[in-house]
Amino acid sequence: MTEYKGVMVYAEVTDGKLAAITVELLGCGRKLADELGEELMATLIGRTVSNLAPEAITFGADKVYTVEDQLLEDYQTDAYLPVMARLTGEVMPQIILLGQTEIGRDLAPRLAFRLETAATLDCVDLAIDMESKWLRQTKPVYGGNARAVFLTESRPQVATVRAKAMSPPERNTARKGEVIPFTAGLEPAAIRTRVLEKVPQAVAEIRLEDAEVIVSGGRGIGNAEGFQQLAKLAGLFKGAVGASRPAIDNGWVPDVSQVGLTGKIVTPELYIAIALSGASQHMAGCSGSKNIIAINKSPEANIFREARFGVVGDWEKVLPAFTDKVRELLTE
Amino acid sequence: MNLIVCVKQVIDPEAPPASFQIDATSNKVIPPSGVSAVISPFDENAVEAALRIKDARGGKITVISLGINLLREVVKKPLSMGADELILLEDEAFADGDSHSTAYALAMAIKKIGDYDLIFCGRQASDWDAGQIGSGIAEILGLPGVTLAKKVDSTDGQAKVERITADGYEVVEVPLPAVITVSNELGEPRYPTIKGIMAAKKIEPVIWKPADIGVASSRVGAAGRRTKLLKLFPPVQESKCDLISGESPEEAGVNLALKLREAKLF
Ligand SMILES: Cc1cc2nc3c(=O)[nH]c(=O)nc-3n(C[C@H](O)[C@H](O)[C@H](O)COP(=O)(O)OP(=O)(O)OC[C@H]3O[C@@H](n4cnc5c(N)ncnc54)[C@H](O)[C@@H]3O)c2cc1C
Ligand SMILES: Nc1ncnc2c1ncn2[C@@H]1O[C@H](COP(=O)(O)O)[C@@H](O)[C@H]1O
Repeated sequence: MTEYKGVMVYAEVTDGKLAAITVELLGCGRKLADELGEELMATLIGRTVSNLAPEAITFGADKVYTVEDQLLEDYQTDAYLPVMARLTGEVMPQIILLGQTEIGRDLAPRLAFRLETAATLDCVDLAIDMESKWLRQTKPVYGGNARAVFLTESRPQVATVRAKAMSPPERNTARKGEVIPFTAGLEPAAIRTRVLEKVPQAVAEIRLEDAEVIVSGGRGIGNAEGFQQLAKLAGLFKGAVGASRPAIDNGWVPDVSQVGLTGKIVTPELYIAIALSGASQHMAGCSGSKNIIAINKSPEANIFREARFGVVGDWEKVLPAFTDKVRELLTE
Repeated sequence: MNLIVCVKQVIDPEAPPASFQIDATSNKVIPPSGVSAVISPFDENAVEAALRIKDARGGKITVISLGINLLREVVKKPLSMGADELILLEDEAFADGDSHSTAYALAMAIKKIGDYDLIFCGRQASDWDAGQIGSGIAEILGLPGVTLAKKVDSTDGQAKVERITADGYEVVEVPLPAVITVSNELGEPRYPTIKGIMAAKKIEPVIWKPADIGVASSRVGAAGRRTKLLKLFPPVQESKCDLISGESPEEAGVNLALKLREAKLF
């Protein structure tokens, strides 16, 4: 019987480059592979992706499988799943890591069910259990109110990893690795779904995930006009505007601005949380920020348990004065 | 159209974080006193998705919930919103499952129902935030699926789904039957009407045990788990907040700016 061996990273591509989460996965996967004394593999799937294989090697991969096919232009479960199932069936990695993205969230559980194993999604810590050699998978549960450590006692062990939970490794251009093309072998008829259209939503110049400063508002902002004041402050810092879920549900800001468990995960230098209570599901998306600043009229608000500095008060009074002073200090 | 919605009863996830407690010896959450059980919020969005299709195209909505100690006033909420039937997989054997054993039981129940066009789940349950059941059901039943839906419409044996992506959404077409997982971007679930509440009172849930859906007790619940929970613990809370004040809220705002400057935060 062949053995399950090695760690495989599903390498996601955004804007023609390795996604930030992929680099983080390669760093984490490298450590796990070293602990096991096994190889780190990466899998690139798409229409044209093999040009990125050397990049995956510089970040730690020993082997890169590339699967290119016209039918793999867009991510679709029916196209990517059989490819991953066949590849992992042949290569037999004992651990498969994906990002907790719209792709990983979709692909990881389906792959685990198809391979008759199990997955753990949204992990923030992964380690090899020294005795049993199983993967200890730590993930936030109950909306961030607790953390759970799971073991999957069947192989391959599938996990997705939360964005920014792992630090990205240094690039090492001296690293050597092998690139192995793998045929997709897809039947067009097997792809039951069809992507009709991709609709990007209006976003400001700076993506939330990349912003050094985020000004985030909640239900207490009250309307879309209120958010324009937040945008003014964000503009001074060349930052971005984020929001809690009620602000999205009320249509005050676009969906893509949501921060939290089911929104974006952000880790800016400065996260200014205004008129949001700091529910655990919101904090799940921003608690990695270097400095959280809170403005809230209720001293009992949970956000004050996580903030470094705060003002208890009505944001409509506090914020304009704060913004004016910031502007003044910045022009000094 | 025959629509199925899977809903899970959970501890109210919007309860204040301070009320949250864990029993470290049993690795279980201690239900906070005074905090009610609810339908997991995304499942209400899933019910709403099904209701919108029923409103537009007609059809029947069957709700399935798996668990123990299912409170009738909680699991009947989808009925009072407008769903037609309720099936409960309620048996000790179903308790403490993981994504694998729970998806298996739900899939077998759906198979028993037999006649379905669309199966709806929430994107993730608010207790374990696993996010796997919808995909698991699709895989077990061999169905296509679309996850993270914000809009679903269906005609002519197909569903058109708007699926959320990092920078917007994509429109995906999928043939029926299919599994769809729903996110909050779908929009607020409707409130139960008085008429709906009265109608729900009269509907008796159908209870199915493992034998009713043709599964061995060893395949469901805790016995059928593939994952082991080693530990459940609270996250560390480090920060201590420095509250900045002033004579007036405006002055507090100015002082906050000065403080952040002093701390070299901008
Ligand atoms: C499974 C699940 C996933 C979720 N995912 C997310 C997620 O990804 N992101 C997310 O954000 N939420 C998420 N939520 C929702 C989350 O639980 C909270 O309901 C939400 O974050 C609350 O938003 P809020 O703080 O804006 O509103 P509230 O909790 O209502 O807080 C409003 C705050 O504004 C303050 N306020 C009101 N008026 C003023 C004023 N004039 N001046 C100053 N302060 C004022 C109030 O004191 C209060 O603290 C999720 C929930 C569930 C169940
Ligand atoms: N015990 C259950 N009974 C009915 N439906 C469930 C159950 N557990 C999960 N689901 C459904 O599957 C979705 C995803 O759950 P999970 O994968 O556990 O996060 C939920 O939003 C429900 O729609």
